[in-house]
Amino acid sequence: MPDATGPDQIFQRALANKEILLPKCNDCGAYHFFPRVLCPHCHGSAISWEPASGKGRVHTTTVVRQKPERGGDYNVCMVELEEGVRMMSRVEGIAPGDVIIDMAVTAFVGEAEGAPAVLFKPVEA
Amino acid sequence: MTNQLRGKSAIVGTGHAGFGEAHGLTAYDVMAQSALAALGDAGLKLPDVDGLFCTMMEDSMPALMAAEYLGIQPRFIDGTMLGGSSFVNYLTSATMALDAGLCDVALIVYGSNQRTASGRLVTASRPPAYEAPYNPRYPISAYAMAAARHMHEYGTTREQLADVAVAARAWARHNPEAFQRGPLTREDVLGARMVGDPLTVRDCCLVTDGGGAIVMVRADRAKDFPKAPVYVLGSAAQSSHRQISQMRDFTVTAARESGKRAFAAAGVSHGDIQAVELYDAFTINTILFLEDLGFCAKGEGGAFVEGGRVAPGGVLPVNTNGGGLSCVHPGMYGIFTVIEAARQIRGDAPGIQLNDIDLALAHGNGGVLSSQVTAILGSQNTL
Ligand SMILES: [Zn+2]
Repeated sequence: MPDATGPDQIFQRALANKEILLPKCNDCGAYHFFPRVLCPHCHGSAISWEPASGKGRVHTTTVVRQKPERGGDYNVCMVELEEGVRMMSRVEGIAPGDVIIDMAVTAFVGEAEGAPAVLFKPVEA
Repeated sequence: MTNQLRGKSAIVGTGHAGFGEAHGLTAYDVMAQSALAALGDAGLKLPDVDGLFCTMMEDSMPALMAAEYLGIQPRFIDGTMLGGSSFVNYLTSATMALDAGLCDVALIVYGSNQRTASGRLVTASRPPAYEAPYNPRYPISAYAMAAARHMHEYGTTREQLADVAVAARAWARHNPEAFQRGPLTREDVLGARMVGDPLTVRDCCLVTDGGGAIVMVRADRAKDFPKAPVYVLGSAAQSSHRQISQMRDFTVTAARESGKRAFAAAGVSHGDIQAVELYDAFTINTILFLEDLGFCAKGEGGAFVEGGRVAPGGVLPVNTNGGGLSCVHPGMYGIFTVIEAARQIRGDAPGIQLNDIDLALAHGNGGVLSSQVTAILGSQNTL
């Protein structure tokens, strides 16, 4: 496979290397997510990639209820990163119902559906 | 829609088919039965239809499939797919097409057999790439996260959410067309199976079969049909996102803008509206849309619906047929907000018929709070 050139390819390739990169607009300086070829804020097309700080807070959260024999309940949430963007993810390491809004979380690259994915864990008190 | 289109088109026929369980029928069968019912209501026949406004939950070209099935060759088609709000949105495009002479008889139509075909929501959508790895359950996880945020910011309670479902059922109990007519209490809703916190299965719309259809003509000939015409006084749309992860404020929908412009186009105010028909896919929807459409302030929707205030005999009649929560929800509910609003104005609502209704509001929601379309309908007296 040639070098990653598309925004999704760049993001996924970084994840495969255990690195979380976020797209940032060179014109207005704002981050955005999901990755794309233009800035959704100012519509500039000069985009750079910056390593994510990994610091975030749970913006909203739910528990998908599922019978234990089908895998049991799990968390789905939106995390707002320090950089000002939000991403869907899940918080691991605590019960899905214990994930609460405004909880401080830290990103890590784990695995979801057999592929590298951004996941979160509660910040150690 | 601008004021230029106020009252330029009228609904002269409505119809539906396959409510509940349409055993042995395909989605297109239900669509066609709905079309026949609406055309019969208008005293028209399929060859009269030269404008088709349709989308379905299956196929990549559902409007063409529908035209082919019906045996018609429309000279104007709008198949714009905005989820469940599509059918409210077609009121705008049908009015424009009729007014411009691009068609003379507009048929808006939808049908689904999702209950008997699979028992769950059928969708042709791919899961969004940046959400799919986390397995949100569509669409409930999206609405659950909106509800959780609303509860966090405004203190909205699960009891208030439950009261939306209880009110919908109270209307449905009087509607022989409604799928769920048994008693339902706040405790029933709260004690039901949790499916996506904070929403239980009773906070969620039904999964039924069903179809609906609307026939529209230009206002200048609207009085030539058997039923009293219902005029489109104003309609307006706004979209804010497609994927729930892209919703900027989980407690505010684009209904703020669509509502503002629909009211301005119709030249009426909230106090004039006598019946409100909202797309209530989940109990949080009713609260969000009452706030965003301006029937109450942001954050006060929970108190607004509490204790039967939107139930029969309350302060504002909302979802007078029982809504998607208790009447019918065949994948996309939007068309039924318009049909119930029109029937309340005509005076032939299937359940509780309110007295002397001249003005009603229909509001469609599409995607995951993504597309919002508001329409204000009126009787002859409102022209
Ligand atoms: Zn920018």
